[in-house]
Amino acid sequence: MSEALKNFGVVKAEEMVLNMGPQHPSTHGVLRLRIRTDGEIVSHIEPHIGYLHRCFEKHCENVTYPQVIPYTDRCDYLASMNNNHVYAMAVEKLMDIELPERVEYIRVIVAELQRIASHLMALGAMGLDLGGVTPITWTFRDRERILDLFEYTCGARLLYNYIWIGGLSHDLPPKFVQYANEFLDYFEKQIVEYDRILTYNKIFVERTADVGVLPVDVAISYGCSGPVLRGSGVNWDLRKNEPYSIYDRFEWEAAVGKGEVGTLGDCWDRYWVRVEEMRQSVRIVRQALAQLPKEGDVHAAIPKKIRPPKGEIYFRAENPKGDLGFYIISDGSPVPYRLKMRSSTFCNLSVLNEIARGWMISDVVAILGSLDIVLGEIDR
Amino acid sequence: MELAEIITRVNTAVPGAIVPTEDDAGFIQVEPKHWLKVAQLLKDDPELRFDSLMCITGVDEGPEGRLWAAYNLHSMELLHKLEVRIFVNRKNGSIPSVANLWRTADWHEREAYDLIGIKFKGHPDFRRILLPYDWEGHPLRKDFETPDYYRGMPVPKDKRGWE
Amino acid sequence: MDLSLDHRFEKDNILVGKLDDLINWARSNSQWYFQFGLACCAIEMIAAAQPRHDLERFGAMPRASPRQSDVILVSGTVTLTMATRVKRLYYQMADPKYIISMGSCANSGGPYWEHGYHVLKGVDLIIPVDVYVPGCPPRPEALIEGLLELRKKIREETPLRKVS
Ligand code: SF4
Repeated sequence: MSEALKNFGVVKAEEMVLNMGPQHPSTHGVLRLRIRTDGEIVSHIEPHIGYLHRCFEKHCENVTYPQVIPYTDRCDYLASMNNNHVYAMAVEKLMDIELPERVEYIRVIVAELQRIASHLMALGAMGLDLGGVTPITWTFRDRERILDLFEYTCGARLLYNYIWIGGLSHDLPPKFVQYANEFLDYFEKQIVEYDRILTYNKIFVERTADVGVLPVDVAISYGCSGPVLRGSGVNWDLRKNEPYSIYDRFEWEAAVGKGEVGTLGDCWDRYWVRVEEMRQSVRIVRQALAQLPKEGDVHAAIPKKIRPPKGEIYFRAENPKGDLGFYIISDGSPVPYRLKMRSSTFCNLSVLNEIARGWMISDVVAILGSLDIVLGEIDR
Repeated sequence: MELAEIITRVNTAVPGAIVPTEDDAGFIQVEPKHWLKVAQLLKDDPELRFDSLMCITGVDEGPEGRLWAAYNLHSMELLHKLEVRIFVNRKNGSIPSVANLWRTADWHEREAYDLIGIKFKGHPDFRRILLPYDWEGHPLRKDFETPDYYRGMPVPKDKRGWE
Repeated sequence: MDLSLDHRFEKDNILVGKLDDLINWARSNSQWYFQFGLACCAIEMIAAAQPRHDLERFGAMPRASPRQSDVILVSGTVTLTMATRVKRLYYQMADPKYIISMGSCANSGGPYWEHGYHVLKGVDLIIPVDVYVPGCPPRPEALIEGLLELRKKIREETPLRKVS
């Protein structure tokens, strides 16, 4: 509870139940919150999810392995490339496929660009939730440029189906490297602008610093991951700690919250981690573009019909919103026997009651914005 | 720690908890009635310290088989991983809930119940999570049949006039 | 604007036309839409309202409340749980109300038509739809096209002669 509220003294109002959503502009989709309040102060929050349950896992049990990829696109629709990437890596690990160098580099490039795009959306939406309309127009302006790059690469703006098992759907188009470098030059300057309009904006800091502090042990116990966990000061980034793909070849640092303007683990830290991650992603993409092998095939030699051997695998990797895990059970047929997606925001959202208790209703919006949820991934 | 060491450690602390499996299985299978004790041990033992539960997956083996849940554990301190499997009877089996040990389990257990129909005993708030409360059946069971109507709305696609 | 004018009164700042046309003109140029962002398509809907595509130049403004809006933009997958809410929000809107169904999911169930046990196979099963915008997701340009089609449809209405 904030200092001001504590000094306010004990005023006990009658308990009220407030229903927020499922159609509410700042629940980032179709989330419904049942908030029990004491006056203006939240005493309990119960998220009701499932309004976007699209039966992802049922579909997986009925379509072949490559056909699952479009459905993974539609889970976390703000980070489709990353979803494709993780799923493809999981199946490749199950089948023991070696990938050509060039594929790995292209995958890292598109995945990191997608990470920037996803964080831009998070930044803009959080600004909008807190009453600033300008940031979202700025972030979307820059996000469109990333989407242009993707559209140039694979023809789609939002859901790409670009990363396939054992390769990519197409090679990079000519001059992609040049356009991508131009974008990075442009974008690096924009991050400074975001810092000015949002990160160190006095109103924004007042609304987010010290609000919704998430202690480390709670975060780990709830299985939080990604910027939510790192915002609490835990240096845990799967790209560093369990390096997959070729992330160990680049020079970059994991962004970890420092509690710069308030308590460690508050909304502002979670927000700041995202800004910092965009900077690091720019670094990674730059290096990857420079090292990208000039020639090479973008399809590994794999059988036409993908039939992983009998067995199970749990594979996880770092998505923009946290660890995305796939538990795949294969019975040797071309269709997965069972495929479970461990979604990061599902766990991140479950912590909401823990950190939003004791705050005002208007702070719930800030906390929700800092968790950066995507309902498509929560409900699947 | 390697899997074999973990098995010995658990077996000495809670005798009879682990059901023997093939050597290269890569997971341990635990009796449901011992699971709570084993879970406590896995979490608190200074040499195991599995402080994060990554995922719970419910699996159905088909109309004749059993149901099982796979727990994927990870230790952020000691950096080792473990998969625990618990098999239950399809009709009336239940697994003790570990929602109070790892809070991740709270929603994941509800999800496993919702989609597969595994019951978790002692869960603080045991309800459906993704599907509406008046939904019938567990859709990820292999013998699930899609209802024709839900609250007056047709569920299967109307394919008249397609051919 | 195509009011069939009688030019006789033009100098005195009097227009003679059909009231129907006037009403249609007003309605068709201020399509405030109720942003019903349900899934992936919602992102494209937001993108359409942002600087690059700028829906507001067509007089279409996003509203968050059904009482203030003229058009529902159902963008995304309508699940069975959500369907009851869609219906209720539709009834909360004031007349005249129009519905644009954006994306394959809202049109027909989209990629979830076959195994989606919890997906409504088309929002037109519960509420009447005026314009369908195909695509998965439709590009923002397609959405703008849809709004313009709706505008044409509104212009052809005869609100005064409507049997109520
Ligand atoms: S039509 Fe495609 S993009 Fe739109 S909501 Fe459905 S799956 Fe998502």
